[in-house]
Amino acid sequence: MNKIDNELLQQIAGLHDVPAGAYNIRKNGELVGRANAAGIVIESKTDKSGIDIRIADGTRGQSLHIPVIVTETGLNDLVYNDFYIGKNCDVLIVAGCGVHNTGSEASGHDGIHTFYIGENSRVRYVERHLGTGNKNSAKILNPTTVVHLSNGAAMQMETIQIGGVSASIRKTVADLADNASLDIKESILTENTETATTEFVVSLNGKGSSTNVISRSVAKGSSRQQFNSVVDGNNECFGHIECDAIVMDKAQVSSTPALKNTDANANLTHEAAIGKIAGEQIIKLQTLGLTKEQAEDLIIKGFLS
Amino acid sequence: MLTLKNIKFSAQENGEKVILSNINFDFEKGKNYVITGANGCGKSTLAKIIMGIYPLSTGQIIFNGRDITRLSITERARLGIGFAFQQPVRFKGLTARILLEQASGKKLTTAQACEYLSSVGLCARDYLDRELNSTLSGGELKRIELAGVLARDCPLNIFDEPEAGIDIWSFNSLVDIFKKSINGNRTNIIISHQEKLFASADEIILIKDGEIAMHGAPAKIMPKLQNFGKCDKLRSENE
Repeated sequence: MNKIDNELLQQIAGLHDVPAGAYNIRKNGELVGRANAAGIVIESKTDKSGIDIRIADGTRGQSLHIPVIVTETGLNDLVYNDFYIGKNCDVLIVAGCGVHNTGSEASGHDGIHTFYIGENSRVRYVERHLGTGNKNSAKILNPTTVVHLSNGAAMQMETIQIGGVSASIRKTVADLADNASLDIKESILTENTETATTEFVVSLNGKGSSTNVISRSVAKGSSRQQFNSVVDGNNECFGHIECDAIVMDKAQVSSTPALKNTDANANLTHEAAIGKIAGEQIIKLQTLGLTKEQAEDLIIKGFLS
Repeated sequence: MLTLKNIKFSAQENGEKVILSNINFDFEKGKNYVITGANGCGKSTLAKIIMGIYPLSTGQIIFNGRDITRLSITERARLGIGFAFQQPVRFKGLTARILLEQASGKKLTTAQACEYLSSVGLCARDYLDRELNSTLSGGELKRIELAGVLARDCPLNIFDEPEAGIDIWSFNSLVDIFKKSINGNRTNIIISHQEKLFASADEIILIKDGEIAMHGAPAKIMPKLQNFGKCDKLRSENE
C-alpha cells in the first residue's frame, strides 16, 4: 500500500487503517487483505472473479468493508460479489471503488453486487466512487447492485460518486417482499466532460413494502447526466422518487422518473427538478460574508451531503 | 455610523420608475430605528440598497466613515452589516447549524448554536440539524433567519419585516431580541408595519412616495401616524 492507495481508501471507505470487523481489500484485481468477523465469512469465488459473503442469522452490530482500488492504467477489473445475509441481522457494509489513472489507457472497475437479505434484517450499504489522477486519463466505473429483500427486511443504500469519474453507468435493481423497505440516497458530482447514467428499477411486490429513491446531483462544466428510475407498485405499497439536479456552466441533465402499478392499492409519487443555483441563495450567503464562489461551494456541498 | 446621502433609486419598468429619491439620513450608533410606510413605498428597497443587494446609481452610503457605495454585498457584510430577509431563503442540504456557523464565522458548540435558536423561541435541539428546506414552516424559517443575524453580531443589523410569518410567537419576544441585539453599541434598522415595534424604537422614519416624510421619537411620530390611520392606509389617504 502506498500513499495513493491510502488516500483512495480513506476517501472511498473512510479507512485510515485496517478496519474493525470483516474486510476484503482488492487492488488492481488482486486480494491484498481479508479478515472474517463473528458471523461474517468471506470466500473467494472459484468460477469467476469475486467473493461470496455469508452473514449468519442474528449477526448484529458488525461491519464489513470491501473497498476496491485500481491504480494500474489500462486495467478493467470486473468482480461479482454476492452477499447472503441471514435473518434478523443488523450490519453495515461499506463498498466503493477508487480509480487512480495517469496513463493513456482507460482504467475501470465493474462491481456487480447481489444481495440476498433475510427476513427482518437491516442492512446499511454505503458505496463511494472516486476518480483521481490525470484529468485526461479515463476512469470508468459501472456498479450494478441487485437487491432481494425478504419479508420485513430493510436496506438503506447510499451511493455516492464523489468526483473525477469520467464515465459511469450505475444500475440498481431491487425486489421487495411483504413489509420490506428500501431507502436509496444517491449523490453524484460530474465535471468537465464526464458522463453519468443512473438506472433504478424497484419492484414493490410485497404488501406493505416501501421505497424512497432520492437522487441529488450536481453537473458542472460540459458534463452530462441521465437519471432513469422506475418504481413498480405490484401490491399495497408506497413508493417515492425524488430527483433534484443543480446544473452549472454548460452541463446537461436528463431526468426520467417513472411510476407503474399493477395493483390499485399502490401509492406512488415522484418529484423532479433541474435548475441552476437560485440567485437568492447566493445573495443570502453573501450577506453572511461569503463570496459568490464560496457560496456556490457551500450550497453544492450541502446539497450533495 | 451610517449616512445616506442623496439616495435616488429607479427601476426600469416600462420606462423609468422612481422608487426612492432625496433620501438623506444619519443613523447613530446604539439606536433602534424603525422604518415604516405604506406597501410599495420603498422601505425594503432602501434596506436592500444599504446591504448592496440593489446597486445604487445615484447617491452615497457612508458606513463608519467609509464610502461603501460601490462595495459588494460580501464586502459590506464583512465590514459588519447584517441582514434578515423578509422571506428567508430555503436550502436543500444546509442545516440550521451550518447557517449559524457561517453567520458567526466560526465552529459553534451545540450549546452555543442552541442559545441562538432558543433566543428566537425555537426548541433548539429539534432544529439544529434540520435542513432549511420545505419541511420547515415559514415561521420556523423566519426565526432561524433572525437567529442567523444575532449570530453574526454585527455593528449594524437590518431586519426586513421581522414580524412577517411569525404568528404564535409573541411580539414581546421580538422586541426583546431587538433590545438585546443593540447591546449599547449596535444599531438596528427594522423595516416594519407593526405598531408594537414602533414603541420600542428610538426613532421612527416614515417613508411616503419614496421620500422620508417625517422622522423622530415614537412619542412625536406615533400620534401623527394615528392621524394617518394604519400605515397600510397611507396611500389611499394620499389619493
